[in-house]
Amino acid sequence: MELAQLIVGGIAQGCVYGLIALGFVLIYKATEMVNFAQGDLMMLGAFLALTFIGTMGLDYWLGFLLAALCMGLLGYLLDALVLRRIIGQPQFAIVILTISLGFLFRSAAGFIWGHETQVFETPFTNRIIALGELVLPLESISMIAGTVVLAGLLYLFFNYTRIGNAMQAASQNQLAAYYMGIPVKRINSLIWALSAIVATIAGVLLSPVSLVDPSIGFLGIKAFAAAVVGGFGSLAGTVLGGLIVGISETLAGRYLPPGFKEIVAYLIMLGVLLVRPQGLFSTIQRKKV
Amino acid sequence: MRILFKTSYLDDIRLIRHGGYTLWYGALAAALLAAPLVLAEFYVGELSQVFILAIAGVGLMLLIGYTGLASLGHGAFMAIGAYTNTYLITKGVPFLVSFPLAGLAALAAGIAVALPANRMTGIYLAIATLAFSQIVEQVVVRWESVTRGFQGLPVPPPDLLGHPLTRAWEFYYLCLAVLVLVVLGAANLIRSPTGRAMVAIRDSEISAQSLGVNLVRYKTIAFGLSAFVTGLAGALLGHKLKFISPDAFNIILSIQLLLMVVVGGLGSIHGAIYGAIFVGGLPQAIALMRDYLPGAIARTPGLEPGLFGLVMILVVLFEPLGIYGRWLKIKAYFDYFPLYRRATFKRQRSYLKTERVR
Repeated sequence: MELAQLIVGGIAQGCVYGLIALGFVLIYKATEMVNFAQGDLMMLGAFLALTFIGTMGLDYWLGFLLAALCMGLLGYLLDALVLRRIIGQPQFAIVILTISLGFLFRSAAGFIWGHETQVFETPFTNRIIALGELVLPLESISMIAGTVVLAGLLYLFFNYTRIGNAMQAASQNQLAAYYMGIPVKRINSLIWALSAIVATIAGVLLSPVSLVDPSIGFLGIKAFAAAVVGGFGSLAGTVLGGLIVGISETLAGRYLPPGFKEIVAYLIMLGVLLVRPQGLFSTIQRKKV
Repeated sequence: MRILFKTSYLDDIRLIRHGGYTLWYGALAAALLAAPLVLAEFYVGELSQVFILAIAGVGLMLLIGYTGLASLGHGAFMAIGAYTNTYLITKGVPFLVSFPLAGLAALAAGIAVALPANRMTGIYLAIATLAFSQIVEQVVVRWESVTRGFQGLPVPPPDLLGHPLTRAWEFYYLCLAVLVLVVLGAANLIRSPTGRAMVAIRDSEISAQSLGVNLVRYKTIAFGLSAFVTGLAGALLGHKLKFISPDAFNIILSIQLLLMVVVGGLGSIHGAIYGAIFVGGLPQAIALMRDYLPGAIARTPGLEPGLFGLVMILVVLFEPLGIYGRWLKIKAYFDYFPLYRRATFKRQRSYLKTERVR
């Protein structure tokens, strides 16, 4: 019973990793940039939600929506104003740029909201559901349900809407997409917006568990492990990678000596990279001359 | 404007290219040797800090600037160097032995990282080194019998043949000597076949490979040497701080090292030094600025990393060649005075290289 309980907790945690990793993968697939500031976008989203819901006293769902929209705008502007300027430079420049953006965000959040840990009331805080002998906190259920719903929506979006198809086309071959009349630049900015929205959702769902402070962005590093295990390729693989990382982390925290909980994600990732340097579910291959 | 006639390969790889080098580097050497006589003790300490950063910067530059392999975890090699050095000294090993051993421990770790890292490129490598540094941090926190975890370890002053270097100027000369050795070593490495192979790998792995450069071997060498030098810097940093704990070597340190080589200018040893001066001087500049900033901003604890981030963003966007690149541009402007063309330093047309193949 304890095991089942742990696994449900691990799945919930893994869903959040999966959501953050989803943000990386969306951007990577579209623009081949890896956004090291994804965790900090999540942190900003959580803080915005805190402002709307906790400070201004708006309804939870309305505040959630507003935070997501604001972050979407921020993501769009980030790409349009900052990141687009360095296309053509080595990939290393992009890594440095996004890392620095993360630092800037963290500093700004600390300046605006302070460095103390804060919390806001959600409909899921401190409530439990009893399923037979299983006692499940509603926060965990909300994370899992949120991920499932979001994954479903993204699936529908990418496969059945015009703009979703355009995004897929642009990420497969930018030049060809451009010839077909797809506004690739705007599509890329929209993908950044989408990825910031996904990060916000992850942040708000996570907020009852991890609370909100400027350093929760470091969770993004663990989400990298999830994205790498998933292979930076498919969206489904990424969520699966998140689940693998989340579950093994929870189990390691219970059954392994202290310290392993923090590093098991990286150990799995290094293991995967050793066996399959391109990730478990990857579509990337080595370039041939 | 000076025209250098090169008649042999040896002319091309000379370290001292013309008389100006002797003059200016001689003046620099004299100034650095005389500095402790003139400066107050506080600034001597700050200068040694800059030297330590510069040593680590040269180490990271060998990897990022010359071999083109990204590392986001070099703070971990500094930690390995610092803890090895301190542990050996407390066990009674003299500094002259423990110091190179600290470098060798980092070298071993570097090779251990290189083995899986050789199979990765670009972004995977960056993430893997980041993961490595996180693992090292946890090991340092949990291996309490050696590192005493968060309690930290006091570091005795370096003992040179029975004479403990306790005073600031003594430590200053030690750091200066190590820095000079490291810089000369790196400059010589770059003009040796090994260094040329590393540069070839940076510019194009595929062409390097087809010219017969053994990728795995040279990448491993680059990782090992880079880690060795960084480990030495870590050992010195331990002596400078006089007390080491896991917090001193967290991810912020790795990012600072990265900032150094990028702001200084990738692909030159000068760049590492300029970057170290910048990173070492920035906290002082911020401290001075705090007096003029409005109270609320000045008291924010996260100000420094935020400013680091802002500077990095501006550098990447507006001066991708870094401080050294800017210096080269200014020099070229005066060298070719009425004829300087902006396009000389223009980045050649290179689109983002795709890693995807269908």
